[in-house]
Parts: sequence; C-alpha cells; structure tokens
Amino acid sequence: MKIGAPKEVMPGENRVAMTPDSARELKKLGHDCLIEAGAGAAAGFEDAAYEAAGVKVVADAAALWAEAEIIVKVREPKPEEVARLTSGKTLISFFWPAQNAEMLEKAKETGASVIAMDMVPRISRAQKMDALSSMANIAGYRAVIEAGNNFGRFFTGQVTAAGKIPPARVLVVGAGVAGLAAIGTSVSLGAITMAFDVRPEVAEQIESMGAEFVFLEFEAAQDGSATGGYAAPQSEEFREKQLAKFRELAPEVDIVITTALIPGRPAPKLWTEDMVAMMKRGSVIVDLAAERGGNCDLTRPDEKIVTENGVTIVGYTDFPSRMATQSSTLYANNIRHMLTDLTPKKDGVVAHNMEDDVIRGATVAHAGEITFPPPPPKVQAIAAAKPKPKPKEPTVAERRGQEVAAFRAETRRQVILLASAGAAVLAVGLVAPESFMRNFIIFVLAVFVGFQVIWNVAHSLHTPLMAVTNAISSIIILGALMQIGSTSMLITIMAALGILMAAVNIFGGFMVTRRMLAMFQKS
Amino acid sequence: MDYGFTMAAYAVATVLFVLALGGLSNQEKAKRAVWYGIVGMAVAVLATMVGPGSGLWALSLILIALGGVVGWQLATRVKMTQMPELVAIMHSLVGLAAVFVGLNAHLEIGRVAQAFAEAALPFPQPEGPMSTAAYQLWLGLTDFAMIIGKKTAVEVTILRIELMLGIWIGAVTFTGSVVAYGKLAGRIDSAPKQMPGGHMLNAGAAVASVLFAGLYLAFSDSGFAAILMLLVLTALALFIGYHLIMGIGGADMPVVVSMLNSYSGWAAAAIGFSLGNELLIVVGALVGASGAILSYIMCRAMNRSFVSVILGGWGGTSGPAMAIEGEQIAIDADGVATALNEADSVIIVPGYGMAVAQAQQSVSELTRKLRAKGKKVRFAIHPVAGRLPGHMNVLLAEAKVPYDIVLEMDEINEDFPSTDVVIVIGSNDIVNPAAQDDPNSPIAGMPVLEVWKAKQVFVSKRGQGTGYSGIENPLFFKENTRMFYGDAKASVDALLPLID
Repeated sequence: MKIGAPKEVMPGENRVAMTPDSARELKKLGHDCLIEAGAGAAAGFEDAAYEAAGVKVVADAAALWAEAEIIVKVREPKPEEVARLTSGKTLISFFWPAQNAEMLEKAKETGASVIAMDMVPRISRAQKMDALSSMANIAGYRAVIEAGNNFGRFFTGQVTAAGKIPPARVLVVGAGVAGLAAIGTSVSLGAITMAFDVRPEVAEQIESMGAEFVFLEFEAAQDGSATGGYAAPQSEEFREKQLAKFRELAPEVDIVITTALIPGRPAPKLWTEDMVAMMKRGSVIVDLAAERGGNCDLTRPDEKIVTENGVTIVGYTDFPSRMATQSSTLYANNIRHMLTDLTPKKDGVVAHNMEDDVIRGATVAHAGEITFPPPPPKVQAIAAAKPKPKPKEPTVAERRGQEVAAFRAETRRQVILLASAGAAVLAVGLVAPESFMRNFIIFVLAVFVGFQVIWNVAHSLHTPLMAVTNAISSIIILGALMQIGSTSMLITIMAALGILMAAVNIFGGFMVTRRMLAMFQKS
Repeated sequence: MDYGFTMAAYAVATVLFVLALGGLSNQEKAKRAVWYGIVGMAVAVLATMVGPGSGLWALSLILIALGGVVGWQLATRVKMTQMPELVAIMHSLVGLAAVFVGLNAHLEIGRVAQAFAEAALPFPQPEGPMSTAAYQLWLGLTDFAMIIGKKTAVEVTILRIELMLGIWIGAVTFTGSVVAYGKLAGRIDSAPKQMPGGHMLNAGAAVASVLFAGLYLAFSDSGFAAILMLLVLTALALFIGYHLIMGIGGADMPVVVSMLNSYSGWAAAAIGFSLGNELLIVVGALVGASGAILSYIMCRAMNRSFVSVILGGWGGTSGPAMAIEGEQIAIDADGVATALNEADSVIIVPGYGMAVAQAQQSVSELTRKLRAKGKKVRFAIHPVAGRLPGHMNVLLAEAKVPYDIVLEMDEINEDFPSTDVVIVIGSNDIVNPAAQDDPNSPIAGMPVLEVWKAKQVFVSKRGQGTGYSGIENPLFFKENTRMFYGDAKASVDALLPLID
C-alpha cells in the first residue's frame, strides 16, 4: 500500500512522520512511500535523502492526500486535512479524540480509519509504538536544557581558584517518562535533584535515577498503577499537604520542572503564584504541562516570561519540535512499528485487526463507526501493587500474655530435661561406685561449661577454635605420661608413641592457631 | 602416695583452658586467649611429670621435644588453604593416642591381676579395708598400676567399660580423620562411596561392637581371650570410622571435621575416666562439647539434621524440581570491570572454589583497589562456605582482608537489595534461590545468601554445570546475573588492571 507523509500544517511544527530510514524499513514490509516536497526540511531531512531511500516526492499536499492510502502525520489533523480523507484511507497521527470530539465525528463521516498514536495502550508489547513516551522523553531532556539556557549558573558545584560555585538545586514534579528523563539529565549535569510524585511506588525509580524522593507523609496513598501509569486526581486534603511541601521547598530550589498531567483533564495547578514569589531571583521554572494549562499559575503557553522578582517561566509547548531531528527519528520509528503490526504478513497489505489489543485501542474511527473509547485492554499496564499486609500490632496485654506463655513453655521444657537427666544420673548412681560418680560429676559440669563457653565463640573464629580444641584435646598425653613408667616393655612403647603423637598435636595445634589469629587484622 | 600439688596444678590448668576457649569470642581477645591455652597445657604436662607420670620422665621429655619439633614444622609450613587437611590429620593423632592409652590400661589390669595372683592375694580387692599383705604388694607397684591395684570388682568392671569406650571412640576418630584428610587433600575421591550394604554394614559393625564388648566383659580374667575381644572391637571401630566417612561427600566435610573434633574430645574424656585423671575428663568434655556445637551450627546452616549428614546424601525430594527458565549469559572481564567501576557498593561471596583456585590474594588486591576508590566493599560468608567451619574467614585474613568487612550471613543478608554489584566466587549451593523458592528442591529451607536481590550479580565459575551437589542453580539463569566463566584466580587477575 502507499504510505504518505504530508508536511505539517501547524505553524512552528518542525517534525515529520517519516524519515528516510523509516521509509527503508517500510519498504521491507512491502509498502510504497510518498512524501510531500519539503516535509522533512525543518527536521533536517532533505528531499534528496528521501529520494535516495526510494521515496516518491510529491509536489503538494493535495496530490499526496489523493495518492496515499495511509497517511502518517505528527499533529492532529486540521479540518481541511480531515476533509481530504475518503473511505478506505487510513490516517495515523496524534488525534486526542477526547478533546477533539468534533473532528472525530467529521473523520467518521468520511468513512476513513483513524489510528491515534496517543491512544496506543500502555502495555509492554506496545512500548515500541508508544509515541507519547518517546516524545515525553525528549521533552524531559529538553526541559532541563531550556532551564539551563535560562539559568545564570552552573548545574554542578565546583571549587575553583576563582571561588566556590554551589550546585544548582532542581525539583522535578511528576515522575512520569518526561519527569524521569528530566531527572536523569539534571543528575548527569551535576545538579542536586529532588523529585516529587503522588504515586509512592515510583520512589524506587526516582532513587534509581540518582535523585532524592520528596516524601509526603499521607495516609490514603493511592495505587497509580490502576490508571495505566498516570496519576489520578487527588483529594483536597492531599493537595493542601502537597502545596505546603512545595512552599517549604520553593525558597531553596533554583530550577523547577513540572510535568504533572492527568489524562483527560486540565493540568493540576501545583506551583502557585506565592511559590513563584518565594523563589530566588534568577530561578527558572519549566512547565511541561503548559499546553494543557500549565502546572504553574503564571505559565503562559508558548511563551517565556520573566516575573517581577526575576523568575523565568518557560511555557513552551513544542519541546519535541525543538529537537525535530531526534523526535522525528523516534516518532517515525513508532509509526513504522505500528505499521509492522498492521502488516503481519509483510506483504504490503494492511490487515486492520480489531481483535488485537493494541490496534483496537489506538483505532478511534473505523468503517464509518466511532470506536472511541476502546474497551479496557486485557493486559494490565503495570502489575497492581499487592496490598501490603499490615502486621497486626499486638496490644500490651497480648504481648505480655505471649511472653508469659513462652516463659512457661521454656520452663516446662527445662524442667522436663533436668528431671529426665537427673533421673538418668541417679539411675547410674544406684549401680556405680562412688569413685566413678565423683568423676562423673566433674564430667557433667565440664560439658555444661563447655556448652556455655562455646556458644559465644565468633563464627569467623571457628577454624581457630577447631585448631585450639585440637591442641588441647592432646591432653591425652597425660594418660600416656602416666603409663610410660610401667615395667612392661610393650606398655612403655605404646605410651611412648602416644606421647610423641600428642606432642606433635600440642605444638602443631597451638602454633597454627597463633598463626591464624595473627592474620586477623582490623581495617 | 598423694598428689595434692598435681591436683592443684590441674585446677589451674582447667581454668586456663576454659579461658582459652572463651577468649575466642572476638579476634583481639583470642590472641591473648591462645596463650592461656599454651600455659595451661604446659602446667598440666609439668605437673603430671613431677607427679603421677614421673616414671621415665627423661624419655618423656625427649619424646615431647621430638614431637614438638615435628608439630612446629608442620604448623609453620602448612598453607592456609590446607588448614582443613591439617586439622583432620591432627584429630587422627589424638584418636590413635587414645587407642594406645586404652590398650595400655587393659594390659596394666592384666599385669596387676597377675602380680596379685602370684602372691596368692585376691584381685580385684574385696570390699572393706585392704589386707596388710595386699597393701605391701600395692606399694611396690608403678604409678598407673597403683590406681588399678586398689580397685574393687565393680570398679574394675567400670574401668574396663571406660577403656573400651575410649578405644572405640578413639579408633573411629582415627580412621575417620585419616579418610577425611584424604578427601580434603584430594588424595581420595571426595564423592561419597560405600561398600555394598551401605549403612547396614555400619549398623552391623556397631551391633557386633556391642556383642564383643559384652564378651570382653565376660572374660574377666584379662587373659588372651579378653585381649582378643578388645582387638576385634578395635578393628570394628576402625572399620566404622573408615566406612562412615567414605560415605560422606566433600561438601559435608565441615560437619565431619567438627564431628571428629568432638569425638577426639569424648575419647579423651573416656580415657580420663579409666585413668582416674580429672583434667583429662574436663578437657575432653570441653573439646567434645565444642565439636558438638560446631556440628550443630553447621547442620543448622544447611537446614539438615545431623543424622542425615552423617548418613550421607541429601534428603529425599518430594516432587520434581521447578523448571528453570532463561539462559546463562556469559560476560567478559571488561563488562565486570565496567560494572565494578560504576558501582558504589560491592559484596563478594567467596566459596570453596576460591580456596581451590588460590584466588584469595587476588580477591584481596581487588578489594584494596575498590576500597581505595571509596567504594563500599564487604564480604558475605555463609556458615558452611568452604570445607571447615570458618574456613573462608581464615583464608581472607591470610590475604590481609580486614576482618571488620567480612560479615556473617545474618549480618549482611538484608543489605543485598541496596547493593550494586555482587561477585560470587566459587560458591553454588549457598547462593541458590531454589532453597527459598522451590519446596521440592533438595536444599529447600536451607538458609542462603540472597545475592539475587542485588542490582547485578556476577558469578565466577569454572564452567557450566551443577557443581558438587548436582543441584541446578536458578541464580545463574536470572536476568540480573552474568556468568564470568574461568578459573577464579585468572578471572580476578584479569579484572585488576581494568579497575582504575
């Protein structure tokens, strides 16, 4: 089928939905590619490069829309573009169907299929075509660069001959894809980076990027995984606590990057006017939510303003477009992956399989019907966090009861042990003569002392313990010494051998113990 | 004759020995405590030589000196990796000495009985005060014979039971230790091997031992028949020691060595009873208790009962082992070095493989380099790592790894999730997650080092394969595990120049 990418009509939009590289890959799927003349120029892709990749360059938009069967775009279509759709054509682009109901209705009437790149479900399999993430990643990176551009100091702290430079303190609000990208960029530039998110489970991700998680003590912490990785609206009480925390941080931070978005709603106001007033002169706020009204009260979309107290507020909405080469490459790859899924046989024939979770989710209009909103995907985006079982705190009385019970059980065990051992000893005493029992008492005591002493030996000293017990078990030498004086030659010889062996052991054992112990050194 | 002085010296020696063992509770005190042991032993030997062991003391001195030279040589030449072998072979000496002393005691009984019979006097002594004639004869006996000479019939029987026990335990210790030595030194194949009949043979020998013990007591005349019974008993014990330890595999040697340590103590205690020597009883009991506790600790660390270790082989499994998914992914020295250079915290888990490859010096050098870069490097030691309780600690100490970064399993197990890199060098079962995850695994329930919770794990191993125990290790297949194949020493040496 013929896939065509027109030039973006939105003023200031530099991106393009097809690159020479992605076109080469599309051709492998059996498709033919078209491009409007000059469509890639703003993103750094010349027509000649497209031609070299086998793409047919079409003179104007009208011709392209007429010829192509699948139109790939970046921005949501304008009315005049929708008007060019006809039955049998497919449009793939950002669409924002929830906000653009009117446009969706028009698209439906044409009978064309519309695949909205912003509706790709957030499941593992679909990550390769998740254009929101790939664009958010760029936005997060660019936000830090923009902030640095408007910030009069270094990110990293240095001590130089000319004086000390304190490191910049960066606060990132919202740790989604953009937020994490911003954290990563900021950390690698050397700034002290803090990050806040209403979902406590992202603390680990924030910390893994090297930033400090701004912890908010709050009871009913919600589970953000249920909403496909987005944060849900917060209760008023929670919002108050959150704002109080931000007020506390405002005088300290040099750069604030806000990325908080709630799906299908205006951006939450998190950075209020009084916080801006509290900030130091020269501080920078980059509001990535500007397009949806901004997280900061003072944000003006598409503009950079400087407040009276010298705080720069950047409200650009076109961060990805500002890095058009990079973002076009990634977006074109997202599109290409989407088309790969649409052409399962790689024969250049698009099979619009409405049974497929990803394709169904992204398709907003198909065969003259509006198919938005899609049914919930069969696969959960993020495994739901297991509710943490709360260990039941025993009351004081219960604990006391347990202690008493444990003590009783131990007493019972000890009494039984002592009674049976005592009975056994008494039984031996009934038959054994007193001289034996004297020795026996000594033996029992020695075993007892041995057990008490050895339990305290450090694990790391078990080998020296074996060597030293080995040495002192050569005490058997005393027996041999007592016997060597016998008048029998045989006894003397055996005793002599015994002495010899025991002596080897005594000296060997103690020597080797000393050698080992001398090696143990403290750092 | 009265040996009040000797008994006083024994009391001193006893206290010194207890202090020597108690001092091993920490590294610094231990260095002092070993001197208590040495002084205690010197006091005990000297007191015996001026007291009940005064016969032929010049010969005794010469023999002690001779033995001392041999022992000294052994102790200074042995390599720290050979420590398990040395300890095992030294146990065998104690066992054999106990056998000799026990046999001597039997012969002495015979000689005393003969002396009394020649003078037409009764022996053992009847109840009540000794007759004048018997007293005269008794005064003429040598040191040890005097102790026997005044015994009554019951006392003589007890004496014979005691010496029998001493000989029996001593003989088991002797052959058992020799076999353990052979296995540890690699002179005997360390795989478990048994003669046809297996444990029935051991059980049979044990039953026969009891039988012959009864017969020995029945031949109360201490003549040829009695000594024959005693020799058969000794032979049976020697067989049991040999066959029992042959049936136990190399990895269970920590338990075996500590068990033999315990036996050498019990043998000494039994001999102490028969000689009426209190110090022997006390020290034998101390050593016996110590070995018993060590065996217990080792068994608990493997989550196995003492009996199952001694009878050899792993306990039965209750079902098929869990299937393992994934594959073992290899990595080269560059990859490991990069990860180490980037890591902040590193934990090294050494095992027997490190000892085999003699890699401890290289590991120490690696530790020194990493620490010099300000990284947190620690060692995690499982209680049964190596072939001897505390084996790894000694090897690392020899390589000058400071002991305060060498931690026990319980101290460090919780720290793995916050660790960047774990390097496993030559250990397998002690880091096997199947012990926790797979109820059908032969090692299910054994406490293990939870290395897989770290961000990244590198396993230095000679090659693919399951190692000694034959248990597949799912750790090697985990996503965050990379296999660093090769000889442990060569592998670590390859890393050293790459750490900058």
